[in-house]
Amino acid sequence: MSTATTELDHDDHHHGAPSGIKRWLYTTNHKDIGTLYLWFAFIMFLVGGAMAMVIRAELFQPGLQIVDPNFFNQMTTVHGLIMVFGAVMPAFTGLANWLVPMMIGAPDMALPRMNNWSFWILPGAFTILLASLFMEGGGPAFGWTFYAPLSTTYSNDTTALFVFSVHIMGISSIMGAINVIVTIFNMRAPGMTWMKMPLFVWTWLITAFLLIAVMPVLAGAVTMVLTDKYFGTSFFDAAGGGDPVMFQHIFWFFGHPEVYIMILPAFGIISAIIPTFSRKKLFGYASMVYATTSIALLSFIVWAHHMFTTGMPVEAELFFMFATMLISVPTGVKVFNWVATMWRGSMTFEVPMLFALAFIVLFTIGGLSGLMLAIVPVDFQYHDTYFVVAHFHYVLVTGAIFSIMAAVYYWLPKWTGKMFDVTLAKWHFWCSLISVNVLFFPMHFVGLAGMPRRIPDYALQFADFNKWISLGGFAFGLSQLIFLALLIKACRKQGEPVSAQVWDGAEGLEWEIPSPAPYHTFDTPPVVK
Amino acid sequence: MAQTEQAEQDYEKYYVPDQSPWPIVGAVALFLIAFGAGNFVVEQTKAQSGYGGWILTAGFATLLVMLIGWFKNQIDESMSGLYSAQLGRSYRQGMAWFIFSEVMFFAAFFGALFYARVIAIPWLDGAGNNEMTGAVLWPDFEAMWPLLSTPGGVQTTAMPWTGLPLYNTIILMVSSVTCHMAHVALEKNERTKLKVWLGITILLGCFFLYMQVVEYIHAYNDMGLTLQSGIYGNTFFLLTGFHGMHVTLGTIILIVLFLRVLKGHFTPDNHFAFQAGSWYWHFVDVVWVMLFFFVYIL
Ligand code: HEM
Ligand SMILES: [Cu+2]
Repeated sequence: MSTATTELDHDDHHHGAPSGIKRWLYTTNHKDIGTLYLWFAFIMFLVGGAMAMVIRAELFQPGLQIVDPNFFNQMTTVHGLIMVFGAVMPAFTGLANWLVPMMIGAPDMALPRMNNWSFWILPGAFTILLASLFMEGGGPAFGWTFYAPLSTTYSNDTTALFVFSVHIMGISSIMGAINVIVTIFNMRAPGMTWMKMPLFVWTWLITAFLLIAVMPVLAGAVTMVLTDKYFGTSFFDAAGGGDPVMFQHIFWFFGHPEVYIMILPAFGIISAIIPTFSRKKLFGYASMVYATTSIALLSFIVWAHHMFTTGMPVEAELFFMFATMLISVPTGVKVFNWVATMWRGSMTFEVPMLFALAFIVLFTIGGLSGLMLAIVPVDFQYHDTYFVVAHFHYVLVTGAIFSIMAAVYYWLPKWTGKMFDVTLAKWHFWCSLISVNVLFFPMHFVGLAGMPRRIPDYALQFADFNKWISLGGFAFGLSQLIFLALLIKACRKQGEPVSAQVWDGAEGLEWEIPSPAPYHTFDTPPVVK
Repeated sequence: MAQTEQAEQDYEKYYVPDQSPWPIVGAVALFLIAFGAGNFVVEQTKAQSGYGGWILTAGFATLLVMLIGWFKNQIDESMSGLYSAQLGRSYRQGMAWFIFSEVMFFAAFFGALFYARVIAIPWLDGAGNNEMTGAVLWPDFEAMWPLLSTPGGVQTTAMPWTGLPLYNTIILMVSSVTCHMAHVALEKNERTKLKVWLGITILLGCFFLYMQVVEYIHAYNDMGLTLQSGIYGNTFFLLTGFHGMHVTLGTIILIVLFLRVLKGHFTPDNHFAFQAGSWYWHFVDVVWVMLFFFVYIL
């Protein structure tokens, strides 16, 4: 891959960044919008993290001490909603904004004004969600999965606000996804054929497809909750011929693809970082593309593995069990390919690589506990225990979130033109790595022993482990402040200037433009050979 | 190097718009709508007082301002020839994916309909391994579709597919054809035909909506079929209701297109807005056919 057009001619209305607040409010620039998304996601990460601290403080000891159970439920609910819709998803969208146009040689996203709109509706949505916590009756307390009848018959009056804020989050995601898809279909530079696209672009393409397919289903689910609660329908009420289990089917038809929405872009990131620091080409590029595609397609037919204990017919249980296990095959292909890429490479361990390596190991642990949960009779015991909590935190925190951090460390020098503070970064990595395992690993044990999730109190036998879990939690929370400090320094443009290439061995169009990346890149598309 | 120069010659510049105030206005609008609607629903159904309705109205007003401003901006750009063929493709693909997302929205409600009919209701009557459910909870309940008597005892009557719904189906299907004819006329640059066909399409759309209102009044007043009459009424009103909202939006889009046609906009090879509007119209027609089949006939 090579390109000549790296010098940027500014002969038209394109100049540098405008200044002042209007720059951010009115922007149509994919880099500005990417920055907005990333900062928003980080702030939400801290807010959602603060709620997790409340949860862990309450669970530090058995008994009820700090918050009342209703507030505890609100904390678990809003923590989950914020982390999923406010932190992980916007962070990936921010990365897509920054990177996809640069990686495919496009001047910007395909629909720049809509891009601005899809970002700026997000703060409103979360303002509504957070505001509901302070209203009469409190915020949503039914878990991020808002199962009926918890969210209908037994929810508090502010549920309508939850419903409409989820609608806005959905609209934002759909618009963002349309933008990504159209950009990739229509804006690739000449010569950037499908099978030359960087994997981050591929994985985001497929993620965007998943988003457009399932976010509307979530909108349907919250709408039915709204009408059931406020307008007397009985979708989820057996007395009217509906069924609360139907809620779970609709929700998880969205929910399972949703978890892949939160991990596929991570696969793309890791597939970019591992080759760079192994100084080898990615092993099995084509198989990565096919694995991603088959994971995405399979993700539509496994949803009921979240519902094994609802009394489905045994045929359905078996079908969903085997379909779920099938997903481990393409997932395994990916892990194998990453390991094969490193095999006999001349590896170095810069900060992005550290996070990527931690990702591979820890995400695999999460995948393995998922496999255990996929076994029907086993899940009968594990369901709704801390074992599930351990599973999804391994795939989401040490999976999705670690990949996002890896990505930030990998591309930050390209964005700011300066190397970040490596000492701080290493502190951030090691503190996070150790504390995250103290936090989540013992959850496997208490889960296997039967500690239920989403309950503010627990039996005395779990006390020791929970103390350690909480300590790990506080340490992980504090470690993120190191990241905050590092990011503030980076945004103030402190640090050593870096070259265009930044990391030796990094490949792709984004490394051929200067660092920091100019405000407008690829006004004229490069030619990719 | 040579190739780059080559590319530069072949390349029609992609129009990346300058800063625009409209999206942020739209964001404020959506915030007000969501916040207003949330409070409004609570206030109405829980008999509380508050400002929900006002905030909601302010939201819609802001949205209207945004739509007018944004579209005016867009039309000016298009008319002054800033757009390339590539940008046209972006818009078309964007619209196509948007329609796909709408399809999935309806799919959720169709899914609820199928699940209730095929699984939930038979189970309530003890089908499969649910014998005890039937025997213990509601021993008198009998599975049927349409569900005219719920386990809880709410009675209703079924909406027949003959008569008004059948006429409405014919109306919408004809309107799909007239919409297509308008598009053909536009591509052949036959402006009078374009106006006539488009005008007919709009009238058919309005007539359809009128008939829907008549049907709803009939259902509520004479048939005892309401939003509260169990899963049959729920799926009936939510599916036809959301469809009706989409027809309303589609009709408004067609009216705007009609006004633009009168002003002389659109050419045989530059008419994205028209194409998008007609796609949207065909989409609501297809949804209706599905509705007619699964909600009314079956
Ligand atoms: C090898 C792949 C995987 C398998 C076999 C698997 C399997 C499962 C199963 C069976 C459950 C339900 C457990 C229960 O509630 O009893 C579950 C829960 C969950 N999984 Fe996975 N999983 C896999 C990968 C992932 C990934 C990659 C993510 C996200 C990035 C993820 C996120 C979640 C979440 C969030 C839940 C819990 C949802 C809730 O109840 O709140 N999983 N997984
Ligand atoms: Cu799942």
